[in-house]
Amino acid sequence: MKVLTGNDLKTGDVIWWTGEGWSRHVNDAVDAGEHPEAILAREEAAQRVVGSYAIDAAVTGECVRPAHIKERIRALGPTVRLDLSLKPADPAAGNWVI
Amino acid sequence: MYQYDQYDQAMVDARVAEFRDQVNRRLAGEMTEDQFKPLRLKNGLYLQLHAYMLRVAVPYGTLNSAQMRMLGDIADKYDRGYGHFTTRQNIQYNWIKLEDAADILADLASVEMHAIQTSGNCIRNTTADQFAGAAADEVEDPRPYAELLRQWSTFHPEFDYLPRKFKIAIIGSDTDRAAMKLHDIGIQIVKNEAGEIGCRFYVGGGMGRTPMIAPVIGDFVPPLQMISYLEACLRVYNRYGRRDNKYKARIKILVHEIGADEYRRQVEEEFAHILTLGLEPPPAELERIKGYFADPGFETGLSGDIDRSDPDFALWLDQNVHAHKQPGYAIVTISLKPTGGIPGDASADQIRLMADLAKAHSFDELRVTHAQNIVLPHVKKADLYALWQKLDAAGLASANLDLISDIIACPGLDYCSLANARSIPVAQKISERFADLGRQRELGELKLKISGCINACGHHHAGHIGILGVDRKGVENYQLLLGGSEGADTSLGTITGPGFNEDGIVDAVEKATDVYLAQRTDGERFLDTYRRIGMAPFKEAIYG
Repeated sequence: MKVLTGNDLKTGDVIWWTGEGWSRHVNDAVDAGEHPEAILAREEAAQRVVGSYAIDAAVTGECVRPAHIKERIRALGPTVRLDLSLKPADPAAGNWVI
Repeated sequence: MYQYDQYDQAMVDARVAEFRDQVNRRLAGEMTEDQFKPLRLKNGLYLQLHAYMLRVAVPYGTLNSAQMRMLGDIADKYDRGYGHFTTRQNIQYNWIKLEDAADILADLASVEMHAIQTSGNCIRNTTADQFAGAAADEVEDPRPYAELLRQWSTFHPEFDYLPRKFKIAIIGSDTDRAAMKLHDIGIQIVKNEAGEIGCRFYVGGGMGRTPMIAPVIGDFVPPLQMISYLEACLRVYNRYGRRDNKYKARIKILVHEIGADEYRRQVEEEFAHILTLGLEPPPAELERIKGYFADPGFETGLSGDIDRSDPDFALWLDQNVHAHKQPGYAIVTISLKPTGGIPGDASADQIRLMADLAKAHSFDELRVTHAQNIVLPHVKKADLYALWQKLDAAGLASANLDLISDIIACPGLDYCSLANARSIPVAQKISERFADLGRQRELGELKLKISGCINACGHHHAGHIGILGVDRKGVENYQLLLGGSEGADTSLGTITGPGFNEDGIVDAVEKATDVYLAQRTDGERFLDTYRRIGMAPFKEAIYG
């Protein structure tokens, strides 16, 4: 599946396209189909997202897992500062990235 | 330290106001990202992996305590309680909101700081010897020249859109502590047989995907003609540097392609022309600047004795304290490399503590090193033990300077959008593997440097042991290099062979150190042994 990601214009947060808006949680990401260009162009023009693009991902269990490690790190946060990640209470969260 | 005059302050204040307006227009939807991006980059604001990243300039790595304290306060107020000191002697904040960016620049301007020249194809913030003005082996203090260079290069209209970014380092000692020959231009202040001071220009060095050691282009340029010679070097580069291919756009490629002799000929021709224009700063201006860098009020007649009865203090003393030019004083390097820590990171509290210690013990001065540590340049020997106790209580007393755990590491894939692999976890694992300080000291001087991509921000080419992270079909892989160096004996490391995974690279490093321990002769560093016995024994141990 293709999911859409970028950064929030104001905060810089990593965000994911939910079909209706943007979420900081990768698990909220939805399949944007094979031609997401129109969505990206519209959202960039609306000044909500910056640096947006489509990536490959898969649904494993109940989780959306980006195909590339770089995007998994973007989804979680820095693996060396899990206290600042989206799963600060999970000491094994970094394993998901690898 | 240099202090802004009315022109410096007015320029920086105007820049803050200009950027505030630009941010407001961007947030109001009056500018697209394509329009805004070059403007934010001109103010050090990048968009990185997780958020906006602000890179703050620390001109020639020198700070006073008010500036350092402000860096700590910014970490708390606008970021997530920490900052990252970089191999360019700057500091980066990783979690900046666009909405806050102009306020941060205003706070910086209030202590004579900014984020200018930290991005873009301009002359970047100049780096310098972190022991400047304090080193016992210094020919001349490079800081006045670095400040002159800052004033010349800031907003220089001719060099604001060079073919590629441009980095200059300047030193004033025989000992190169600034990796000078691996910069676009390295300037060494030297003294000739007649006792005259001059500038030796090394031009065309660099790391990145095409590492090169800079050749000498100008052997002895009179100090007051330093700016004109720089103009000539830059002008030839600006004219002929390639703009069609960013990977071949650095000056090192130009110097390599036309040859050092031809490049020198063109520079000399341009230099002769520039000298007719009378562009040099008046001697009085250099003298005015030098006045800001006069020695602080050193006491005289101080004892050089130090009580070494505390063994942990003695270890730190031997490893992290260097000789000072003034009897009774010493240079202290605060390691930002605790066991298992993130190289170069410091919490807001640690940053403020270092500011307080500089105020109390180092004539209000600090330096950032390209090895991602902090220097207190002028500490009374009698104060060393009290200082060490305060550092120790804050987790800042690692006695590992220049040892294997004093690792340079770029932010890597944990933070950087350009990276291919993570650097920091590898640094942490190596640091933990060699946690025993006795083992580290047995290995002696061993500079280990890690980059998460070929851009080489972690200086892997110049590591006695270097590690380069690459992407192998979406999986992190690490290449090992041996034999690099960045000092007077600058050399480029050689790749040992096939790469490793994260655990494998730590094992490979350990095997390389085992070869060294088995093969070294008296007094040899790791680098010396490698140069004597060559790559073969290391490859055999690592891959055999």
